[in-house]
Amino acid sequence: MPNSTTPLLSIRHLVKHFDISGSLLDQLTLEKGRLRRRRTTVKAVNDVSFEIRRGETLSVVGESGCGKSTLARTVIGLYPPNRGEVVYEDRRIDHLSARQMLPFRRKMQMIFQDPYASLNPRMTVARTLEEPVVFHNPGISAAAAAEKVADVMRQVGVDPKWADRYPHEFSGGQRQRISIARALMVDPEFIVADEPVSALDVSIQAQILNLLMDAQEQRGLTYLFITHDLSVVRHISTRVAVMYLGTLCELAPAASIFSHPRHPYTQALLSAIPRLGEQRSQHIRLKGEVPTPIHLPTGCVFHGRCRYADARCREEVPVATALGPDALVACHRVAEGKL
Amino acid sequence: MTHLLEVENLEVKFALRFGDLTAIDDISFYLDKKEKLGIVGESGAGKSVTGFAIINLLSKPGYIAGGRIRFEGREINRLSAEALRQIRGNRISMIFQDPMMTLNPVLTIGTQMVETVQAHRRIGKAEARELALEKLRKVYIPSPEKRLDQYPHEMSGGMRQRIVIAIALLTDPALIIADEPTTALDVTIQAGIMELLTELCETEAMGLILITHDLAVVSQVTERIAVMYAGRIIETGYTTDIVTHPRHPYTIGLINSLPGTRQAGSRLEQIPGMMPNLTAIPEGCAFHPRCFLAADQCRRHRPELTAVSGGRHWAACHRLDQTLGHNHLHR
Repeated sequence: MPNSTTPLLSIRHLVKHFDISGSLLDQLTLEKGRLRRRRTTVKAVNDVSFEIRRGETLSVVGESGCGKSTLARTVIGLYPPNRGEVVYEDRRIDHLSARQMLPFRRKMQMIFQDPYASLNPRMTVARTLEEPVVFHNPGISAAAAAEKVADVMRQVGVDPKWADRYPHEFSGGQRQRISIARALMVDPEFIVADEPVSALDVSIQAQILNLLMDAQEQRGLTYLFITHDLSVVRHISTRVAVMYLGTLCELAPAASIFSHPRHPYTQALLSAIPRLGEQRSQHIRLKGEVPTPIHLPTGCVFHGRCRYADARCREEVPVATALGPDALVACHRVAEGKL
Repeated sequence: MTHLLEVENLEVKFALRFGDLTAIDDISFYLDKKEKLGIVGESGAGKSVTGFAIINLLSKPGYIAGGRIRFEGREINRLSAEALRQIRGNRISMIFQDPMMTLNPVLTIGTQMVETVQAHRRIGKAEARELALEKLRKVYIPSPEKRLDQYPHEMSGGMRQRIVIAIALLTDPALIIADEPTTALDVTIQAGIMELLTELCETEAMGLILITHDLAVVSQVTERIAVMYAGRIIETGYTTDIVTHPRHPYTIGLINSLPGTRQAGSRLEQIPGMMPNLTAIPEGCAFHPRCFLAADQCRRHRPELTAVSGGRHWAACHRLDQTLGHNHLHR
């Protein structure tokens, strides 16, 4: 077991904004008789910092639009960040060229939500799985590649004799196994999984979660797990990061965040989880709706919906501060010791 | 006593080139006023088809091949199209998963609501608008006057689903069928919508059929549950009984496979295989190839629902004597 406290990957002050203002003509507006040019940006991720430790499963949770998928994609290099750094072991990777990035691409793989969209319908399973191996090991013989394919297919529970079939011949659960196999083909260290079980039925979901946990144990994988399903998070995570409107609210070990959530948003979010066999839980009702990430609220992004918000929350952006050895909370009231 | 809704031996088939496929195979259930029934199952179990069959919205090639559906004392599965219109969308309303698909994107909320009222009642526009406002208030839409003149895209997903519920309420229905009403929504929004539906059942004296794959949601909202598998109800009874003492191996497997019923990090119990395709439903008990208790008779004879405790809990399984004490939740 590698030392579980060395960070495998660090994210420092990561910012990702998307410009959605369109063409120059779309940007022009008439204001009080004067032509003005306005840009519209979606502020998807705003100054998020945390570390992912070797061998752990760090889950990022939050509701639609909180920036969790953007964060995942920025971490793995699908989006360049606007500001901030992504550091893999001790090397900054967010500004590397495609060529310089190559060795890291091999160490980092991604699994997507929809196995219907993420597998090429015109490629057989064998070709889908061979492609990354051949790409990263140009000299590999066809026989060795085929052997590797059969090996990994067995590991994910898909019979290698189906290697010549196409994705449409498989069920959703089987397809997700194949997407996982594709990620495992290059023997990565780090896997980003974006909602990998959300599209699956409960009984199939259990099969895939077991597969992911087994693969982690056998290969010592580190996971960055993105999901909105909090009962899945509770089951598989070492630590949990909660995001709201592009900001990190709280990060803590899974057990303690579920038993003692500190940030008011975490408290509301966790109280809303439907639990089997519990009569209607007394969930904390949030006032209003999530504001648009185009015009972020001043101060704490959550202040408009928070029942503890005061003047300071409306003006000053709270910084995630360490609370105990292993937890971060970004809340003025918690920092003041009032919550 | 007559129930609000009684479904007896319902059978739904799809007429295909190579013959008829049975989608719903002999299911029966009932619902009373103010009562909430959950129909639970995974994709392909037939739960949505059941909902559509009740209001006769099956699209071709689906058709009701047998059984009776009685609503407010009338048999409604043999009504003429005109007579059915008096009931469908009027006495029975339906809510679907995706509010963006239900709402017309090019009409304002007000136009859509007035249209719905006028389709069922002879009523002036101003009066219809008043009624729309009243229903919008019932579903806790802030500043409803403003919302009436807005388009669906100007609202969030949760708000849209509230509008859809308000539209369903316009005709003062006695029964609402909600097909996965919160599956597309975030948990905090889901909790609010479920709370609203529960409250409305009480205040408006309506019955609710909640069709969903989410056992946890169903367990919090409904009084009774019917679990479906491959077109049949395999277990039914009071929600508390089924959640705490499930007796059918499928229900047991479903509950045990939920993360949250076991210690974090441990292996989840999984049901091997997957739901059979309608074209290849196994002989005997449809669940037997995936069942940890399957015996010879399970492969040959189809089990019928039998009472397992005092007439309030039924399960369709040959091995009921073996199925106690397998769920982790209350071990």
